[in-house]
Amino acid sequence: MTVSRLSAGDLTLAYDQRVVATGLDVAIPDRSFTVIVGPNACGKSTLLRALARMLKPRTGAVHLDGSVITSLPSKEVARRLGLLPQSSIVPDGITVADLVARGRYPHQRLMRQWSRADEAAVAEAMRSTDVADLADRLVDELSGGQRQRVWLAMALAQETPILLLDEPTTFLDIAHQIEVLDLCADLHEAGRTLVAVLHDLNQACRYATHLVVMKAGEVVAEGEPGAVVTPELVGHVFGLRCEIIEDPQTGTPLIVPEARRRASAPA
Amino acid sequence: MTVRLGPWSVRLAPRALLVCAALALAGCTVAVAAVATGEYTLPVRDVLAALTGDGTPAADLVVSRLRAPRVVTGLLVGAAFGVSGAIFQSLTRNPLGSPDFIGFTAGASTGGILAVVAGGSAMTIAGGALAGCVTTAALVYALAFRGGVAGHRLVLVGIGVNALLLAVNSYLLTRANINDAATAGAWLTGSLSGRGWDHAVPVAVALAVLLPVAAVAARPLRMIEMGDDAARAAGVRVEAVRAAAVAAGVLLSGTATAAAGPVVFVALAAPQVARRLTRSPGVTLGASALVGAVLLTGADLAAQRLLAPTQLPVGVLTAGIGGAYLALLLRKERH
Ligand SMILES: Nc1ncnc2c1ncn2[C@@H]1O[C@H](COP(=O)(O)OP(=O)(O)OP(=O)(O)O)[C@@H](O)[C@H]1O
Ligand SMILES: [Mg+2]
Repeated sequence: MTVSRLSAGDLTLAYDQRVVATGLDVAIPDRSFTVIVGPNACGKSTLLRALARMLKPRTGAVHLDGSVITSLPSKEVARRLGLLPQSSIVPDGITVADLVARGRYPHQRLMRQWSRADEAAVAEAMRSTDVADLADRLVDELSGGQRQRVWLAMALAQETPILLLDEPTTFLDIAHQIEVLDLCADLHEAGRTLVAVLHDLNQACRYATHLVVMKAGEVVAEGEPGAVVTPELVGHVFGLRCEIIEDPQTGTPLIVPEARRRASAPA
Repeated sequence: MTVRLGPWSVRLAPRALLVCAALALAGCTVAVAAVATGEYTLPVRDVLAALTGDGTPAADLVVSRLRAPRVVTGLLVGAAFGVSGAIFQSLTRNPLGSPDFIGFTAGASTGGILAVVAGGSAMTIAGGALAGCVTTAALVYALAFRGGVAGHRLVLVGIGVNALLLAVNSYLLTRANINDAATAGAWLTGSLSGRGWDHAVPVAVALAVLLPVAAVAARPLRMIEMGDDAARAAGVRVEAVRAAAVAAGVLLSGTATAAAGPVVFVALAAPQVARRLTRSPGVTLGASALVGAVLLTGADLAAQRLLAPTQLPVGVLTAGIGGAYLALLLRKERH
């Protein structure tokens, strides 16, 4: 049996009247690179927010290291578990270095605002996300992709053993997408537990050690990508007819959508 | 810039420190000028002598009884408005989230007018203003609350409540007898004239208690400016910080209004000016307090001298300056 520092049992997740999921059970295998996939609005972000105690479940509970997560001190949780939300607000007039430095908040106190460890963590986070050159630039004035990497750097600077990322590759060009995913893979190899929401199934299959497939608030399949991803599953979850071949680089599943039969030739 | 001492480390921004020092100096200069000049001008030497207790009886009366309390009240009220404005602008991420726009000051006015109509003394009016401010804040907070309070909802609900209260205030004034209406009208423009030590002390106490609260909340407030999720992810107890900040901000603007009447625009302008001067991102409480103090005492000095011997209420001047400033701000915001 796999051990899980982070797990959720019998979750009912809802916003006001809208119930997004019921009876949801999820366990994040330790030291895994777990990727959550599913169609828009199926509840991926909602699940991630519940796992990171942003959203209080109607029923059930999220457990971190054996304790109900809400019973732990907030900063204590933030030193073990980090989250990159799907969207955040850039404060007016903040520089890249200042924003990344804010990731150190849970490690700081009123009289310990900037230790050498803080300094080192921020420098390392900026280096690995390739934003060190932007350090003195205003975040407002960056491109969407640069900004996304800055937010990622902030999450990394928090130096948590468990890191949840909601669509870390949005806004990024293909090269930076791969760079960010490679970075995630490196972090995973260095012993961190990663959970990421991704939209690209092929990337998900390549990088995930554990794939969670969601549809309409339910987990419909989970496990190693090679064992989980089938044309039937993709058809059922995304309503997409496809063929699955072996990724020539990694041997993981590669989804090839069926070409739409051309309509009658133009007149 | 980081100052480290053993396990302690504190981050300082040299520019912000410099700006604060300059503002403190400006505040002192304005204060001394306000105390020394007027219908009866005193040399600075006599002012200092009177303040330390060995001036002539005449100088003592003018300085310690008439002018100093007014200036000190002005400094304290300005600082309180500045901090309160900074807190609410940070919470709502919006310059229009100031207490004078989201109904708190209007609520204080309602309380003040009701106290005037009830024939209250100066102290009752102050009490009525504070009660009105707190009640309105509670109302706005409750109306905007949906499992937490999002900034934009606080602004929208507040603007609605503000409009409602302004209507109520006008109605109350039309129903009051002519003397009460005149008293209330004078109080409503906001004024520092005739303020004594008994006006200054409550504001000083409020600042002494609430400034440390605000100072501790400043760092988490800056985190909350990035959104609730981002702040929570970093370990900020968002609801607790927000509740504490709201309480501090409401009480500061309430006591300030109680002391000087609803002086408008200081709470709006001070944090904006402070941010532009210090160029620091997010809420800047210390600088906002100083800008507020300089702004209000400066405006009061100008209000006394500009059309001397006619004395303008300071609220008229801050409204004038503030209106122009707001127009400028909105113009800039557009592009
Ligand atoms: N703050 C909110 N208030 C009310 N309903 C919400 C809120 N956030 C999300 N929802 C609803 O909950 C459902 C699940 O949303 P969620 O954001 O979890 O989807 P998702 O799987 O992350 O989608 P996407 O791929 O588009 O990011 C959707 O129907 C959405 O409309
Ligand atoms: Mg989402």
